[in-house]
Amino acid sequence: MAKSGLKKDPWWMTTLIYAILLIFTVIAVYPILRVISISLRPGNLLHTTSLRLIPKNATLESYKILFTQKPFLRWLFNSTIVSGMVTILGVSLASTAGYAFSRFNFKWREFGMISVITTQMFPVTMLLIPLFVMLIHLHLYDTFLGLVIAYSATVLPFCIWQMKGYYDTIPVSLEEAARIDGSSQFGAFYRIVLPLASPALVITALFSFMGSWSEYLVAAVILNDRALFTLPLGLKQFQSNFDTEWGLYAAGAVVVSVPVIILFLFLSRWLISGLTLGSVKG
Amino acid sequence: MTTVVATIQDYLYDLKKNRTAYYYTLPAFLVMGFVILYPFLYNIVLSLSNMSLTHFRDWRFIGFRQYVTVFSEPLFYWVLLKTIIWTAVNVFFHVTIGVSLALLLNRPLFGRSIIRTLLILPWAVPQYITALTWRGMFHYRYGAINLILVKYFGVHQIQWLSTPIGAFAAVIITNVWLGFPFMMVIALGGLQSIPRELYEAAEVDGAGRWQQLKKITLPLLKPVMIPAISLGIIWTFNNFNVIWLVSNGGQPADSTHILVSYVYKAVFNYYRYGYAAALSMVIFGILLLFSVKFIKQTKGTKGVY
Repeated sequence: MAKSGLKKDPWWMTTLIYAILLIFTVIAVYPILRVISISLRPGNLLHTTSLRLIPKNATLESYKILFTQKPFLRWLFNSTIVSGMVTILGVSLASTAGYAFSRFNFKWREFGMISVITTQMFPVTMLLIPLFVMLIHLHLYDTFLGLVIAYSATVLPFCIWQMKGYYDTIPVSLEEAARIDGSSQFGAFYRIVLPLASPALVITALFSFMGSWSEYLVAAVILNDRALFTLPLGLKQFQSNFDTEWGLYAAGAVVVSVPVIILFLFLSRWLISGLTLGSVKG
Repeated sequence: MTTVVATIQDYLYDLKKNRTAYYYTLPAFLVMGFVILYPFLYNIVLSLSNMSLTHFRDWRFIGFRQYVTVFSEPLFYWVLLKTIIWTAVNVFFHVTIGVSLALLLNRPLFGRSIIRTLLILPWAVPQYITALTWRGMFHYRYGAINLILVKYFGVHQIQWLSTPIGAFAAVIITNVWLGFPFMMVIALGGLQSIPRELYEAAEVDGAGRWQQLKKITLPLLKPVMIPAISLGIIWTFNNFNVIWLVSNGGQPADSTHILVSYVYKAVFNYYRYGYAAALSMVIFGILLLFSVKFIKQTKGTKGVY
């Protein structure tokens, strides 16, 4: 693990390192603590110049209103459905496509990989109008299916690239051995390679999920029916009304972020080993 | 003619020989073709038309006139300049902060994994929440930033969101905050793959810490960071969310726009469809030129064979 050397850092250097890390940790954590703090404020203290992290007369009132008087559970449900479907679609399509890009020397490989990365360069606004028109024609406007397809397409490029990079690190000889033992091509992929690629699969699933859990713009264009609103659309409503619903926004933000943060931190061990950008191995 | 036939034959042969590969990629490409390729082609058509609110149904082709309009408006160059500044400043801080923290963390330290986890937090928070939360923190009277500045640093309150420069600084600070953990994680992964023996050898040869950093760590980190940086540049260049949500649609007076948010405004507020499509193509062209270099450098399209 040591960056350099076998020699130990002198004490002043260790102190300096801790000081720098501490400053950045505070900067990284503070905004999150601040939202939590606002969500605990009682209604008459929403606007205050106090910097206390645990506000005076802390209360869970905002959470109560959020769950009982606002359609928050509805949004939560909608977001969960959409993100879940995108995750399943994203993982299954990216794991197969990435595999082909890693293992087969077919004519479309170069073209395919380049077009995958090229999609990252399209400004999202460029796709919005045509997508909007197209979904209306296909009667998919204002439906979850339309949103799920749109999201899957936007998360796929990164996921494919990411899966391909990880497959590249798995020795081909393992599949060859399986093939010799009489396994089919798909069998070798499914039983040998896929389990070995689980760190990358986890990362792919995480990104697919987070991508759709947190997306605002496409949802704003595709969804119009309030009953179909996902979390970002709902929370934005609170926020635009700075005066009355700031506490509700903060409470909602906490509820929305906590699951992904936990998921993310829980998986962060895999992030470092599983996140490859298909780079190191030429 | 014969070459065309030969090429087609080549492809048909390949289609047969590598049939499995095409099966594996087909589903993903169907979805992406449906949502990305078709809109892209549609957008090209639109960029050659005069479609707008007044010509919505009776639109017709007008050639490259929309592109001429794009390049003849002085505002375009101003927004382009701001987009470049936005991208350069953000990516610079993402990389320097991310790599520095990774270097500091890549040693035995007490509480190392807790610190690392906490430092990844900004990445884990959904982007729109980050943006909306920071917007609240930049509030002139009740925002945490001004309160802290006044209380602990004795500085006068800053007009963050109501002045063009303040608002631009605010969006950049927000985006730097949420972007550095990605670079840090990539750098940490890269550092782990550097063989320890190199440092041992360097030590034997009497190379100091600084020498080791300059001669071993940074050069070996470079191939890992370059694709990440290039991707970071593309993402930042096109980052709509942070700009739009922190500055509430480009406020004050449309002064915080970068190209993407400027296009969005042209579409959904001014209904200049043809113009917006042409401008989108220009943005795409800029990024494509940049990336041709990127793909050449990383050789990421190669497989294991």
